[in-house]
Amino acid sequence: MTARRLDHVLLLVGFLALWQLLHWAVGPDVVASPAATIVRAGALLGTPAFWGHINATLTAFALASVISIVGGIALGLWLGLRRFAGDVADPILGTLYSIPKITLYPIILLMFGLGVSAKIAFGVIHGIFPIAIFAMNAVRNVAPVFRRTARVMRLSPLATAATVMAPAALPEILAGIRVGVALTLLGTLIGELFAATSGLGFVLIRAMDVHAVVDILAITLLLFCFAACVNASLRLVERWARHGG
Amino acid sequence: MTKVGAARTTFIVLVFAALELLCRLGVIPRVTMIPPSEMIASLWTILASGKFNSDIFFTLYNIVAAAILATVLGFFIGAGLHALPRLRRPLVPLMSAYYAVPTFVFYPLLIVAFGVGRTALIVMGAMFGIVAMIVNTTLGLDHVPPAVDRTAAILRLDRWRALVLVRLPAAAPHLVTGLKLAVAYSVIGIVAGEFILATAGIGKRIAFSYDNFDNRTMYGMLLLLLIGVMIVNGALSAWEKRLHRRFGQQ
Repeated sequence: MTARRLDHVLLLVGFLALWQLLHWAVGPDVVASPAATIVRAGALLGTPAFWGHINATLTAFALASVISIVGGIALGLWLGLRRFAGDVADPILGTLYSIPKITLYPIILLMFGLGVSAKIAFGVIHGIFPIAIFAMNAVRNVAPVFRRTARVMRLSPLATAATVMAPAALPEILAGIRVGVALTLLGTLIGELFAATSGLGFVLIRAMDVHAVVDILAITLLLFCFAACVNASLRLVERWARHGG
Repeated sequence: MTKVGAARTTFIVLVFAALELLCRLGVIPRVTMIPPSEMIASLWTILASGKFNSDIFFTLYNIVAAAILATVLGFFIGAGLHALPRLRRPLVPLMSAYYAVPTFVFYPLLIVAFGVGRTALIVMGAMFGIVAMIVNTTLGLDHVPPAVDRTAAILRLDRWRALVLVRLPAAAPHLVTGLKLAVAYSVIGIVAGEFILATAGIGKRIAFSYDNFDNRTMYGMLLLLLIGVMIVNGALSAWEKRLHRRFGQQ
């Protein structure tokens, strides 16, 4: 445990050292120093206006996540249980998952206008497909022996779903949620970059316009820490479902 | 055609027919979307006239260059990380958070470093694609069956030859997954860069026509980009599936 913690500290130190070297190599116009970035991040976190933008992003991100998760799981479960529909939809979902959604931003803007709904829509089109694909495969990959056992025990469809299918499929569904939520955040932020009047993406694009290097790095650093925390906590939930559930 | 294939084709045709109808009836206004048939016609005009050929080849060249950079560098970094588990373990959660943040916000910094042009876009695309390749290389090397490793040891292959002759083919399915994702993410990075600031390119053309309410050109170019991505992705997916069938069962 202590060795592992030491590795983390070493990694952090190494990362900061590399960053500082890069800063010295290319100059402050391209990469701000880590110290300046961290100080700026702290200063930003102390301003109420910045918290307004954080709130705007978090609200959109939360709504987009809920829509992606509920919609994706519903779609995935349905397609997983109907083999034929699943076979028909599988490559379509794969294609929708893989197309670069950023190219669709003009369409989303034309459909939803500038504002909250556009960035939520952008988050959802990024997040919903991986969640649906993982959920569909999760249901399909439940060992047939489980289903047969449920039938032997004469469980009702509801009881089968609740006591057999759900626990068996849960870890993979959660893995899908982890992937999907990360992409939802990406989508929401892209939406804010191109289509918003508030939020962290909006602050970023403004910083990009005036070439505020320290701001760009500070906000990206904060976003990255946030994304890593969300990811790590979803990973914990997943591990719990795999072993303890 | 199989029953599944027929059903899929019918479904896709119906979706486009519905879209066409909604556009023609004016339920979806023209300023929002033009009918799919007009998108195809517009794409045809663009390709036949060749007026955007330089943009198309500009983007194509950038994508190929970025994907090659991301795949090659990503492979070597991934192989290195695989050999250094102590470095890799703390990096895993960071790498899976990488794609939650739009890394292309660094694009303006790259412009300062490299100027507006090819280089900044290619570096951007490679930066976005490389992590997918690193992750999948490490995963692929994880999945090399111990028996294969032992065979390499028995044959007394040195490290380098064991990697190239034995472990690489055994890891191939994951490496192709990495390649597929690296290409997809390179496209995102480059198109995003072209949206933000570029002298040429498909993304630049789309953004320009969007700003000028030129929906015909915009949807034509969008269609071109999406079709291109789907063809490449479909081909790589098919290759990936074949490799998984061949090597996946151990």
